[in-house]
Amino acid sequence: METGFRALSTAAGAMVLVIIVAIAIFLISKAVPALQANTENFLSYKAWFPNDAEPKFGIAALAFGTVLTSIIALIVAVPIALGIALFLSHYAPKRLANPLGFIIDLLAAVPSVVFGLWGRDVFRVPVQDFSVWLNKYFSWLPIFGGDGPFGRSILLGSLVLAIMVLPIVTSLSREVFQQTPLMNEEAALALGATKWEMIRTAVVPYGKPGVIAAIMLGLGRALGETIALALTLGIVFNISFNLIESGGNSIAANIANTFGEANATGRGALIASGLVLFAITLVVNMAARAIIYRRREFRDSAA
Amino acid sequence: MAKRIEASNVSSYYGSFKAIDSISMTVEPKTITALIGPSGCGKSTFLRSINRMHEVLPNARIEGRLTIDDQNIYDSDVDVTAVRRMIGMVFQRPNPFPTMSIYENVVAGLKLNGVKKKSLLDDAAEKSLKSANLWDEVKDRLARPGAGLSGGQQQRLCIARTIAVQPQVVLMDEPCSALDPISTLAIEDLMFKLKDQFTIIIVTHNMQQAARVSDKTGFFSIEKTGDPGRLIEYDDTQKIFSNPAEKKTEDYITGRFG
Repeated sequence: METGFRALSTAAGAMVLVIIVAIAIFLISKAVPALQANTENFLSYKAWFPNDAEPKFGIAALAFGTVLTSIIALIVAVPIALGIALFLSHYAPKRLANPLGFIIDLLAAVPSVVFGLWGRDVFRVPVQDFSVWLNKYFSWLPIFGGDGPFGRSILLGSLVLAIMVLPIVTSLSREVFQQTPLMNEEAALALGATKWEMIRTAVVPYGKPGVIAAIMLGLGRALGETIALALTLGIVFNISFNLIESGGNSIAANIANTFGEANATGRGALIASGLVLFAITLVVNMAARAIIYRRREFRDSAA
Repeated sequence: MAKRIEASNVSSYYGSFKAIDSISMTVEPKTITALIGPSGCGKSTFLRSINRMHEVLPNARIEGRLTIDDQNIYDSDVDVTAVRRMIGMVFQRPNPFPTMSIYENVVAGLKLNGVKKKSLLDDAAEKSLKSANLWDEVKDRLARPGAGLSGGQQQRLCIARTIAVQPQVVLMDEPCSALDPISTLAIEDLMFKLKDQFTIIIVTHNMQQAARVSDKTGFFSIEKTGDPGRLIEYDDTQKIFSNPAEKKTEDYITGRFG
């Protein structure tokens, strides 16, 4: 009995490794022939023609679009999410905080294709108007320059992403803020802190590792988001910081858009792009862990 | 530095529940006053109403007057944060800020008050840690986490943090109940030393402690669960523990009830 259970759990643990290795072997074996057939530099070429007789494709524009949309989404979403989280955990009366928190969790349950369709058909109109306004008054900033057309742009994709990331960051941060020990909050108040000073002294530093983890989870979702971006970005292969002109593309959106008509080399090329996305996500996660790890001494001794 | 505290007919409520009823007492500057009594008798509630910390709980309110050198701290024009800066508090369980170093913990209150100059903060940290009898133990590791110290050291760190903002009064809510006897003695020694500068009020369950450290003792009690706590007797510590005027006090200190 004892040995049987031990063998069972060991096998289950080993299975994870086996599956991961098998997937890696499969992906690399598909990607390598396509990369060998590529007549351009995969890392720096900015277009995607893997189905031609002389395949030409590169990840540069896609990786750029992926990272740019995700970063803008976080820049928009994180301050709002932290504001909502602090409001729910420390300012709102309980009767309001619980239903509001529930609604935000519901937002996380909306399928991304719904966000994509809504972004393409409904949200595009106000974003377009906003883009025209930005272009009129701020065109001296390169990111708001250009002559249009404005519509399915980096801005639209990023804003839709921001809405999708918001509930994750909000609900995790709220939970972390709520866990601040009451005795630490009282210690700050007893020193003569106002409520906001108490939050800055006791709540925010205590929650920081958790908030970073929440942001990284949000970033992970943003980087991997497929269908919502496939529907809202302009699907243009270029590297441009212009946010409002029709344009933008991402690795995952490109896979969704082009997998259907891809030949063997084309599929291999898309798998190679998927590996790049995996590498980006891995680097982001490791960076996040490093940040959390650095303050480990303080966190552990607090327990 | 130290100030006189005068409570007259202070009653405290949580919602409709009356926690203490009509407490009146005067605490002289630079003395140690102990508040003793059975659990739930309102002594902590009374203590927390002196620096308005009871307001942290929802629906808490108070009736009566509580003056510090003739200033009613419940006047509508009084800033609650100013009251708490003037009347520091040490809690039952040591509560250093877990994300801060020893040094950051001590100067946390000063930073809240807008002190930014490094030399001022350094001086205050050294002075407060010396006053709290902790300097020699931590001077070589000020950048280490405050929560990494032992329980007794943490509590002295919290005392250092409290006195760093130079309050007039220090309230202690069972400061030794989570500590071992040796750490408890260290805190008691410290209280004698601090008496030169501060008015100290301590809530304690340990009657020997009250007898050892305090000049005056107040005995709180309740009739039965759900009743408000009342101040039964308030007198010189020596009198309370040798010849109390009230039968209830005598029963309590001799261990016949509570």
